[in-house]
Amino acid sequence: MNRSILLLLAIPLALAGACKKKTETGEPGAAPAKKKAIQNIGSDTMSNLAQAWAEEYGKVNPAMSIEVSGGGTGQGVAALINGTADIANASRKLEPEELAKAKAAHGTEPTEYMVGYDALSIYVHKSNPLNEISLEDLGEIYREGGKISSWADLGVKSIPGAQDNKIVRVSRQNNSGTYHYFRELVVGKKNDYKAGSLDMNGSKDVVELVSKTPTAIGYSGMGYKTGDVKVLKVTKKKGEPAVEPSIASTLDKSYPISRPLFMYTPGAPSPEVKAYIDWVLSPAGQKVLEHTGYVPLQAK
Amino acid sequence: MSTPAAQAAPRIRRAQRRAWEKVGERLIEVLIHVCGVSAILFVFGIFLFVLREGAGFLFHGLSLKQFLFSTAWYPTSQSNVRYGVLALIVGTFSVTVMAMAIAVPFGLGAAVFVSEFCGKKTREWVKIVIELLAAIPSVVWGFIGLSVMNPLIQRVFHTPIGLNVFNGALLLALMSVPIIVSIGEDALKAVPDSFREAALALGATRWQTVYRVLLPAAKNGLLAAVLLGVGRAIGETMAVLMATGHAVNIPHSPFDPVRTLTATIAAELGEASVGSDHYQVLFIIGILLFSITFVVNLTADLVVKGIRKR
Repeated sequence: MNRSILLLLAIPLALAGACKKKTETGEPGAAPAKKKAIQNIGSDTMSNLAQAWAEEYGKVNPAMSIEVSGGGTGQGVAALINGTADIANASRKLEPEELAKAKAAHGTEPTEYMVGYDALSIYVHKSNPLNEISLEDLGEIYREGGKISSWADLGVKSIPGAQDNKIVRVSRQNNSGTYHYFRELVVGKKNDYKAGSLDMNGSKDVVELVSKTPTAIGYSGMGYKTGDVKVLKVTKKKGEPAVEPSIASTLDKSYPISRPLFMYTPGAPSPEVKAYIDWVLSPAGQKVLEHTGYVPLQAK
Repeated sequence: MSTPAAQAAPRIRRAQRRAWEKVGERLIEVLIHVCGVSAILFVFGIFLFVLREGAGFLFHGLSLKQFLFSTAWYPTSQSNVRYGVLALIVGTFSVTVMAMAIAVPFGLGAAVFVSEFCGKKTREWVKIVIELLAAIPSVVWGFIGLSVMNPLIQRVFHTPIGLNVFNGALLLALMSVPIIVSIGEDALKAVPDSFREAALALGATRWQTVYRVLLPAAKNGLLAAVLLGVGRAIGETMAVLMATGHAVNIPHSPFDPVRTLTATIAAELGEASVGSDHYQVLFIIGILLFSITFVVNLTADLVVKGIRKR
């Protein structure tokens, strides 16, 4: 019994001794040089776009690796303040409190770069007979205390495939820049959303849920459109012509629900980060916006 | 007869343990004690950590009445910040209760089947399949709820949305059943065979044996099994985040969407800046979850003690 215990103890000691010898003789060959990385965190709306930019930039400058993660604009802002992000993507402007917190954490206010536009499309189920909606009606649907709760209030008697006429509101979780932007423009900054909306995690989830639910209405980025949903035309005021979201209507501001997309750096950016952002603002970077369903800063 | 031991020439040495064996024995005992106590220490440590993070706002500024009794959950409002978690509490409870209503009969039934009525070979297979159910990650369950159960529920029950209490409860039941079956089966196996033999001798049928003799004898273990299932259901986050529709809403039917306490913490903690009111309220929700689990376990223990006294 004693001998076997001694043997058992001896084996790991021997292994440890052997391992030590190996490291003393040195690693066999140097490891390849590590790629420098830029941490790009934030907006879920911009996540497809940021990923496409990262891949394109990888072809332009292979020594640089851009690591993109989503989580929502709120997450990006928190990462900016905590110092874990080199670039924070935001689908809304930062609030004064957030700027103040970032300034307190890093000494200077974050630098803001507008990198493109995004049109917020209003999606409904493919079989929904409605074709257009006004900003006012959208507000009444989504606002706390709003008066529209059934499709009949909008003139839609019934939707094929649906059991009842109640509007199913699909929204985003409250860390989302899209959520904040929609609240600012449609619900009213001083108001809140009506409780009971299905708060989805990401832009793609909103479109997927709407495509499966006949009585649903939801808002998401224009770039997330699929063939299974219908996009409503939007009028600024009842009686005005309804505008379809597109690159042209966003750039000439005729589509009322469009917003700028931003990238923020904590203070002045380092040379690598500045090079990346300059590339994003260049014609090559702006072309990526068109390919992914977003709107470039100016028409070609 | 010559005197025995006194005449024995070689002195008999009393059998003694070596010194290092005694020390080693003590050491291992102490180690095992520490492991046992560490479980309690970890639980306390976690509770204290969560309490510390949320304490600031809990004692200075949070209106407990609004917190516990208001359904308005607007932590990021620009004009009227409200922290009311009543709808979330109702959400957690409705999903858990419904899940247990589905899981307990199935789980206990399966445990009884596997332990009493099953042939040896079937038992192996059933146990393997049930353990496979337990191995599925919860985010995969959430995905199943979102893409498979959603249209299925819409079609079968003719509801407007398939992401609701029922969807979440179904997934939670499927996740809790393996726990209830494994531990329930162990509890039933622990009942000594003499009970079964006695029942047989009295002329009881197999079902009578189970219902009148084994279930009451194993009730502590079965209650533990159910409690662990409940604990799993209350604490589940990813699956309910994806399958319940995540809507702040008091459900009026099992086909209404809801939001649970756990999903709220998971969705919102990432963006709440450290130390802010929103961040602290989320930790207070954590304290609430802790307390709910504690109360559930305590009541169950007292109920068992009460039954035992009778």
